[in-house]
Amino acid sequence: MKPPRPLKLEARGASLEFYHERTKQYLSVLADIDLQVFEGELVAIVGPSGCGKTTFLNAVDGLATLTGGAILVDGRPVTRPGPDRALVFQNDSLFPWRTVLHNVTYGLELQGKLSMREMNERARGLVDLVGLRGFAEHYPHELSGGMRQRVNIARALAIEPELLLLDEPFAALDAQTREFMQVELLNILARARTTALFITHQINEAIFLADRVVVFSARPARIKDIVEVDLPATRTLDVKHQASFVELERHIWRLIEEEATKTGMMTNA
Amino acid sequence: MDAATGTTNTDQTERRPPPASSFWQRHENALLGMIAVTAFLALWECAVSLGWVNPLFTSAPSRILSTAAQMFADGSIFEHLQVSGVEFVIGYGLAVIVAVPLGILMGWYRRLNAVLDPFVSALYATPRIALLPLMMIWLGIGLASKIAIVFLGAVFPILVNTITGVRTLDANFIRVARSFGSNDRQLFLTVALPSSVPLLLSGLRLGLGHALIGIVVAEMYGATHGLGFLISVSGARFQTDKVMVGIIIIALAGILLTGLLRVIERRFEGWRPDARG
Repeated sequence: MKPPRPLKLEARGASLEFYHERTKQYLSVLADIDLQVFEGELVAIVGPSGCGKTTFLNAVDGLATLTGGAILVDGRPVTRPGPDRALVFQNDSLFPWRTVLHNVTYGLELQGKLSMREMNERARGLVDLVGLRGFAEHYPHELSGGMRQRVNIARALAIEPELLLLDEPFAALDAQTREFMQVELLNILARARTTALFITHQINEAIFLADRVVVFSARPARIKDIVEVDLPATRTLDVKHQASFVELERHIWRLIEEEATKTGMMTNA
Repeated sequence: MDAATGTTNTDQTERRPPPASSFWQRHENALLGMIAVTAFLALWECAVSLGWVNPLFTSAPSRILSTAAQMFADGSIFEHLQVSGVEFVIGYGLAVIVAVPLGILMGWYRRLNAVLDPFVSALYATPRIALLPLMMIWLGIGLASKIAIVFLGAVFPILVNTITGVRTLDANFIRVARSFGSNDRQLFLTVALPSSVPLLLSGLRLGLGHALIGIVVAEMYGATHGLGFLISVSGARFQTDKVMVGIIIIALAGILLTGLLRVIERRFEGWRPDARG
């Protein structure tokens, strides 16, 4: 049994509807989501494509506004982006006119609390942490996709968020780089000691990284199931070949398959 | 010994660096261009000296060269260079000073853009040379009306490009900025302004071409000096050599200034969003 830990994030009946101009209809994206994430946890969200995972993450970050329910971080309701949360984007979205170092200092510059020297110092530490020592003065276009994604993570960590939100951060990477980055991310998060909420559409990535995997239903997203991942905390890529891992993968895949069938994304012949 | 290792070893000892590419291979494009130009000039010269064409109409490289040398030697070219130079520097300079800040404001403030856009679009679509008679009525036949034409020629391409540069923001960058808690002012300073630089620079290059056209055409009417004046007056007097000198100077100025801006543009090419692939 894990000792009880303080609650970091709580979604209480979080719902979100869009008004669709052309069809003049309300489109329900999130329906009554209840979720708790505890301090230091790494929770992954999986679900069929287009189910509203990214919208949920945006709502947690404060970029999207709920139309019902609430999302609380450290007990405070989220209304807009704040320094306690940072988002790692799907495509790296690094500013091409800034060096690696100054991409990492971006969030700090906006906050304007630290001196230039302090910002650069902290950013250098993070550039090292994500394994990019010696690349601080490079521009994004001089880096590979995997390296850019490391900068993306460092940029989010720079504001020392309580909660790190990752929106399919490895989606744009090739399969091999992706596997290595998963290990790398676990190391980085262990060193940074941050709570993290992670979206992916790769089930084995979710299981490999997370303490718990939340399965979203087809749109409007509800929580279909929450699966505990009972694997050792320090994981190597070998774990993906273990029987228990494969069993979990099959279980979660079946849950998603059910949902995908509902929306007609998959037809049962 | 392992056969495979054996082969690898032999391969390694036998491996020589790839043959160095020859001077010709490295500079083939530039060399071909130079040869073509030289051949053209030679042919031109021959055609005149062998009497195939009348130099009164075609001039010849040697004649252009000696005319230019003479004009520089007796100093008669300098007053033309000076007048055109002043028109360019003031007209183009004013265009940059006006268009860049105004373009940034129009790109950022939607309402300001809505108010001014009809005027900008209409004038951008009008050949500004058409305004020359109007400028001469308002500003006289002196330097001022020429500067006005150069200014009008250059200001709109720069303005339109700057507006577009500031307006077309990458949605991802906005999301990043907002996610880090950026307010509107910070969004402007950290995203809109820097990402508009590549388009702004190509606006400056476009404006340059229009400014040079403005100089030449404006000086063809009611001018007493300048390269455009030199070209048109010499043309009327059948002094083809002098016409050619004027054309070549304007062409060289265009190539030189455009090249300069290209160098600056290339420095920013690496971080042009669409070049990231």
